[in-house]
Amino acid sequence: MGLLNFLKKIEPDKKKSPFLHTAYDAFFTFAYAPNTTTAPRGVQIRDGMDLKRLMVFVVLALQLCYVFGTYNIGHQHFVAAGQYMGFFDGFHLKLAHGIIKMLPIYVVALGVGLGIEFYFAYKKGHAVEEGFLVSGALIPLIMPPDIPMWILALSVAFAVILGKEVFGGTGMNVWNVALLSRVFIFFAYPTTISGDYVWVSGFDGLAPGALADYGFWHTSFFNPIFSSFGWDTFNSAISVTDGFTGATPLSLAAHGGWDNVLSVYNENQMLWGMIPGSIGETSKPLIILGALFLVMTRVASWKIMVSMIFGAIFMTYIFNFWGASDFMQVTWQQHFLMGSFFFAMAFMATDPVTAASTDTGKYIYGFMIGVIGIVIRVINPAYPEGWMLAILLLNTFAPLIDYYVLDSNMKKRLKRA
Amino acid sequence: MENYKHLQRYAIAFLMLFTFNLSHAESTMFSGENFFTYSLIALAAVLIFSAIITVSNTFLNVEAKRAGVDASSASLGISGGSSAATSGSQTSSRHIKLKKGHNINITGKAELKSEKADVQRYSIMPEEFIGMSPIPKVTVEVGDDVKAGDVLFYDKKRPEVKYVSPVSGEVVEVRRGEKRSITKIVILGDKEMKYKKLDAIDIDKASRETIINYLLENGGWPLIIQRPFDVVPDESHIPANIFISTFSTKPNGADLSYAIKDREDDFQAGINLLSKMTDGKVYLGLDGNKGKSVASVYSNAKNAEKVFFSGPHPAGNVGVQIHHIAPIKSNDVVWTLGVQEVATLGAMVSRGIYDAQRTVAITGGEVKSPNYVHTYQGASVNELLNNRVKGTDIRKICGDVLSGHECGDDDFMSFHADQISVIAEGDHYELFGWLFPIKPRPSISGTFPNFLFKNYNFNVDTNTHGEKRAFVVTGEYEKVMPMNIYVQHLMKAILTNNFEKMEGLGIYELTEEDVALCEFVCTSKMPLQKILREGLETMREQQ
Repeated sequence: MGLLNFLKKIEPDKKKSPFLHTAYDAFFTFAYAPNTTTAPRGVQIRDGMDLKRLMVFVVLALQLCYVFGTYNIGHQHFVAAGQYMGFFDGFHLKLAHGIIKMLPIYVVALGVGLGIEFYFAYKKGHAVEEGFLVSGALIPLIMPPDIPMWILALSVAFAVILGKEVFGGTGMNVWNVALLSRVFIFFAYPTTISGDYVWVSGFDGLAPGALADYGFWHTSFFNPIFSSFGWDTFNSAISVTDGFTGATPLSLAAHGGWDNVLSVYNENQMLWGMIPGSIGETSKPLIILGALFLVMTRVASWKIMVSMIFGAIFMTYIFNFWGASDFMQVTWQQHFLMGSFFFAMAFMATDPVTAASTDTGKYIYGFMIGVIGIVIRVINPAYPEGWMLAILLLNTFAPLIDYYVLDSNMKKRLKRA
Repeated sequence: MENYKHLQRYAIAFLMLFTFNLSHAESTMFSGENFFTYSLIALAAVLIFSAIITVSNTFLNVEAKRAGVDASSASLGISGGSSAATSGSQTSSRHIKLKKGHNINITGKAELKSEKADVQRYSIMPEEFIGMSPIPKVTVEVGDDVKAGDVLFYDKKRPEVKYVSPVSGEVVEVRRGEKRSITKIVILGDKEMKYKKLDAIDIDKASRETIINYLLENGGWPLIIQRPFDVVPDESHIPANIFISTFSTKPNGADLSYAIKDREDDFQAGINLLSKMTDGKVYLGLDGNKGKSVASVYSNAKNAEKVFFSGPHPAGNVGVQIHHIAPIKSNDVVWTLGVQEVATLGAMVSRGIYDAQRTVAITGGEVKSPNYVHTYQGASVNELLNNRVKGTDIRKICGDVLSGHECGDDDFMSFHADQISVIAEGDHYELFGWLFPIKPRPSISGTFPNFLFKNYNFNVDTNTHGEKRAFVVTGEYEKVMPMNIYVQHLMKAILTNNFEKMEGLGIYELTEEDVALCEFVCTSKMPLQKILREGLETMREQQ
């Protein structure tokens, strides 16, 4: 109770400092579930579920991806240099490097996004809505580890302002906010988010012989700590080994099919995600665990996930049958091992605001994402991964799908007469 | 059920196909790898497999739901283990099984014991009737003595519909509200009821018109509810069908088999009367849930078609039953009645008196020894609850906790109400209450471990457990709505005043109590009942 009294005492005046009050309210309702009671008319009791809880469960489902993704940044860095090739070798170095790369991305994404949310909430005079909790947690996971901070900040601002706030805020947006920020970078600064040279961090360019690019945190913060324990320290003399390409399995597959992929990575690495890629999307089992968590708590729609799997399998079979290129002959099991299919399925396609909102619509929506994602992946020469574009495309068409589902419901009802 | 078996076979075949594919994939993809790899693959296979099983299981359930809803063949009967007294007539009734919905178990269920309530003040409230003009013509004055069945007031727009006193006694107050509108007419009831003697009527011989005039004149008409809109019926419009739900699935809802005890003859007389009023049928919705007993007055009722319903709340709501028996067509109206109103109608024609006695369930976690009381229509809530309330920071609710409304200190039972709920007010803060709830609370969300405690009775309060937000989650309302209605889209159509869509998406099939459960589960804390009523009012004004 002491804390409650303290918080009540420092509450800023709503009239005198509205912005402070908006910010205060956001944090206060985070700490304390409000004391509002139900209206005299309407339901007298309410379900324990609210939007904060919903959003936080998605964030919880992402935690394994966060842990693995952070570590994998470090792992890929040292693999490129030919050091600590075993996954758990040089554990502390890999973790430290991952954190050094990950934290700024997280802080910038959340800071910029929440700052804009707070500002709009204050301008509109309503409470801060929780939508950005999830978007802000997703954005770092779909970025390459070396993304420049100013580009990240720009993309988040673009996504939140033009993707969400202009439509009216949380619940009103047409496109997935996290994917919008990524697609912004993809079209505005393509060299920072596509190609073979962006997925491994911490080097001065990714050409063979490029030296490691360590900063203050590496050399002046972590190195003294590690050396005081007598552990290995960051060594600025390491460089990218000859023959290292940095290519992702997908870009390998695009130029020579599955055999070309196997010449660099084995299935074990691809399954567990010890490969270069966007930060959070590489480890399939951990993503599936998160997806199962979402399905079991009924936070995300299993209908979209399942139909998306079927859509992807369906389209892969068609391409297998066609078989015009090496990439077309890749089976669906192999497709699932590469790229970010599961991450897109579990966390991107299932966003309830931008997905189709009717049950039948969800099946169609998920299936079409699966189909179009594989089409873009296999046929588009410029960009080997298809889920971002497929989901944004279907976000656009989700209202149309719903329109036809509702229309058939309405027709059925009018036919009774 | 044939449908369901077919699906099961299909699912098994599909699963086998999938496992085959998986093992095929393993053998070609991973030749000559070490033991570690194999164990990882096995783990992944188990993960994917369990995902598929979970998913297909849910899928099967969903399909079973659909199949179940449609399966209404006579052969199903009530063979599902219903303990309803089986007489010959029942086995041939339809049994509609609903899967969607949710029972909210809360503390304070009324025991099947009853006593006579000690109530002195009663009131009929003109403001309750939808469409009534704000200042109706009151035909009594303060100080007048009235008998049960004497006219109290009528609407100047529809002077033929008379509203009568439920009890005999002295008119003590004509209460006015905003702009001199008349809100309540309060009567100090006698200890011994005196009834106005009504003219005798032989419903077997009387024409429909005669019966209508009889009911209009003697106060029976407002007991009937006309859908759409939940209004007092229009006498020029013959109802397509008449629906009566004989059980309540609401939280702590009154046991209507118990509430009708000793008024069986009145009830049957009421049914006989109603069967004359429609060219369609009088449908009784009966409780087909396991372990529920159905009073023989319902299961043996004559002149009525009986349909069993089983499933969680809102299976007992008459709106859901209409949807599955004979949905409202456009331009049609149907009537609905509560069982006690039917008995009052029956008493009018069989005994010649307006007998408005009501058995009311006093329920809720803040009530000492919840049970049933015998009283009359419009009894004072405070007097009904005299010395029965435990705490001080409480909310008195006329009706159930989903579709009822808050009562002040000087409020009276609603015209159609058969339940009072008293629960704690929830005006307290809760540290991280949204993340780590300390007190268990009812929820349909899988983020609470509630599914482990199926029969736990929650001690609820009125806290909203969160703030109002825009619509975010989809499919949530439809999960608890056993009707083919897209509630969320309907609400959006109402909010955007899209008439065509409102009608097309089924606004005429709904009243507030039908969306109450959807409002309860809403993550965004939307006031659905209020929105729906606004939509219904807009549509009613259009007509």
